[in-house]
Amino acid sequence: MSIFVDENTKVIVQGLTGGQGRFHGLRNRDYGTKVVGGVTPGKGGTDVDGIPVFNSVKEAVDATGATASFVSVPPKFAAAAIMEAAEGGITFIVCITEGIPAQDEAVTYNRLKQEFPNVRLLGPNCPGIISPGKCNIGITSGDIALPGGPVGIVSRSGTLTYQALHELSQQGIGQTTCVGIGGDPVPGTNFIDCLKAFNDDPETKAVMMIGEIGGSEEENAAEWIKANMTKPVVSYIAGVTAPPGRKMGHAGAIISGSKGTAQAKMDALREAGVHVCQNPTEAGEKMVEIVRAL
Amino acid sequence: MDLFEYQGKQYFARYDIPVSPGDATDSVDEAVAIADSIGYPVVVKAQVKVGGRGKAGGIQLADNAEEVRKHATNILGMDIKGHIVHIIWIERSSDIKKEYYASFTLDRPNKKHLGMLSAQGGVEIEVVAEEDPTAIALLSIDPIKGLDLPTAQQWVKDAKLDEEAQAQAAELLIKLYRCYTEGDCDLAEINPLILTPQGNVHALDAKVTLDENASYRHPEWEAFRVNETEDPREKMAKEKGLNYIGLDGTVGIIANGAGLAMSTLDVVNQVGGTAANFLDIGGGANADVMAAALEVINSDPKVKAIFVNIFGGITRVDEVAKGVLGALEKVTINSPIVLRLDGTNAVEGRAILLPHLNDKLITEPTMLDAARKAVGLANA
Repeated sequence: MSIFVDENTKVIVQGLTGGQGRFHGLRNRDYGTKVVGGVTPGKGGTDVDGIPVFNSVKEAVDATGATASFVSVPPKFAAAAIMEAAEGGITFIVCITEGIPAQDEAVTYNRLKQEFPNVRLLGPNCPGIISPGKCNIGITSGDIALPGGPVGIVSRSGTLTYQALHELSQQGIGQTTCVGIGGDPVPGTNFIDCLKAFNDDPETKAVMMIGEIGGSEEENAAEWIKANMTKPVVSYIAGVTAPPGRKMGHAGAIISGSKGTAQAKMDALREAGVHVCQNPTEAGEKMVEIVRAL
Repeated sequence: MDLFEYQGKQYFARYDIPVSPGDATDSVDEAVAIADSIGYPVVVKAQVKVGGRGKAGGIQLADNAEEVRKHATNILGMDIKGHIVHIIWIERSSDIKKEYYASFTLDRPNKKHLGMLSAQGGVEIEVVAEEDPTAIALLSIDPIKGLDLPTAQQWVKDAKLDEEAQAQAAELLIKLYRCYTEGDCDLAEINPLILTPQGNVHALDAKVTLDENASYRHPEWEAFRVNETEDPREKMAKEKGLNYIGLDGTVGIIANGAGLAMSTLDVVNQVGGTAANFLDIGGGANADVMAAALEVINSDPKVKAIFVNIFGGITRVDEVAKGVLGALEKVTINSPIVLRLDGTNAVEGRAILLPHLNDKLITEPTMLDAARKAVGLANA
């Protein structure tokens, strides 16, 4: 099984007529994803390589029965596009847009939670989700993923998500679903959401978790794993040698305490029984070892 | 973008937050003129984006023009923890009865805004936070509802601010919250927020971090883009619009995505090398961006090898390959380039480079192999 999406998921692309939207939307369709429509205000009635374009999400949903949306619009319009998707009846929104102001993200996240509690937002600033052989929404190159499971991947970093897929596929280890949650301050979906779903998915036997410095999502995930996770987890945290980032003044120090460093995250995960590795290749090798021993 | 104190105070003033009267300058004569016009005593404050400037002698009280001249001369050009003082802020000295602390930032775990307010402000706020967390009144704010006056009025009571300060402080907090939200700050912090013996509440310092993602709707931020960095490599990268941080090592790093760039630094370190920089060419990097990245790294005399680590997603590897070749046509790159290319259009990208490979342009199949190769070349 896969989490969040499967081979029946019908997807529309908001921004299909733009450069990025077209490139990745068509690639997603070529992969086998049911890309049933596009949305660009003012371009309703046209098509992109045979995919019908609608003026609004509502129109697209009414005409196609889509339940998922791939949001690929510039940062200025992204928050409005996400809300339009939810209002139009979409229940799974993948937003790849990079550069959305944090204030907009915070408002959008809370509006979704309050007005549309059943809608899941993935991202923004994420690579998307791929369930190999079934559905690919976003910008992940489909040929680096391998169908058949048994590994679930969840990652905060875009390119490291690809790296993780690549490391496993090269060794002949498939994936049930690979979720890129994105590295922005207010992610719609977090590590714990994905870990829960993987824990409940009978076909997922082990989980690879890729984190990075900053915030405290990894520490929170570690706590959840310790209390609930029944499957092995392998983790890699990027940024051990990273230069110290922007200082958040006293406020940052007060909120996070010692949290946020790669070391703190690795310690928390190790304490929760996670196999913590030093680089993506080592994490791949560890996962291969675990899967072969299953 | 972190603001200097004087820029933070200018930004506060836009939102009607009371600050001490003052002005910024880079000249001694002007410093005296400013002091003369606002009236003595004044404080001469070094403008650097690093803590501990008071202890370094970067903040001085002056009772007359002669003292302003003396302090301004000393402070301008001063080196505070590697930060050279180019600008000083002259402001009217304030009598202080009490020092408070106030800030707004994002509460990442809860996805809400977080207000922090304490009656025990000043330089020791971090110690207070550590030793007596209850001395800081936390306020979780729903970003949709925002902060209203009754809530702020209750908050100043909860934080045990002096009664005579409460009404003014509540109003000031509403303004600071507006600055934080409408002003698109990642952080808006006042430490200390002071109560004067005359019963006035105002900001004695300003620490503001702006969210660069929102710069498209803040043309006024352009004025803040001065003296952002001392590092000539970082200056050059900034001009070219690159996300670059200079380091001290010998392996130049170019990667796409912050995570992969950080991971590249980690791996170079693990195989015995040192990174010369962090450089994330981001999603959607094309030939021009790649050429710009190589030029910046090429300007660094310490670099002995360049490691280009690309995993294409939005970034298309064929574009990256074209960029590398384009850059090699435009400038002579001094160091050997080791590339690791995977992901979107990787096959096409490798094919483009194949006829051009030599001992200065090398490809390796994996990230670890490429790291070893680059580190070997750099350490040779």
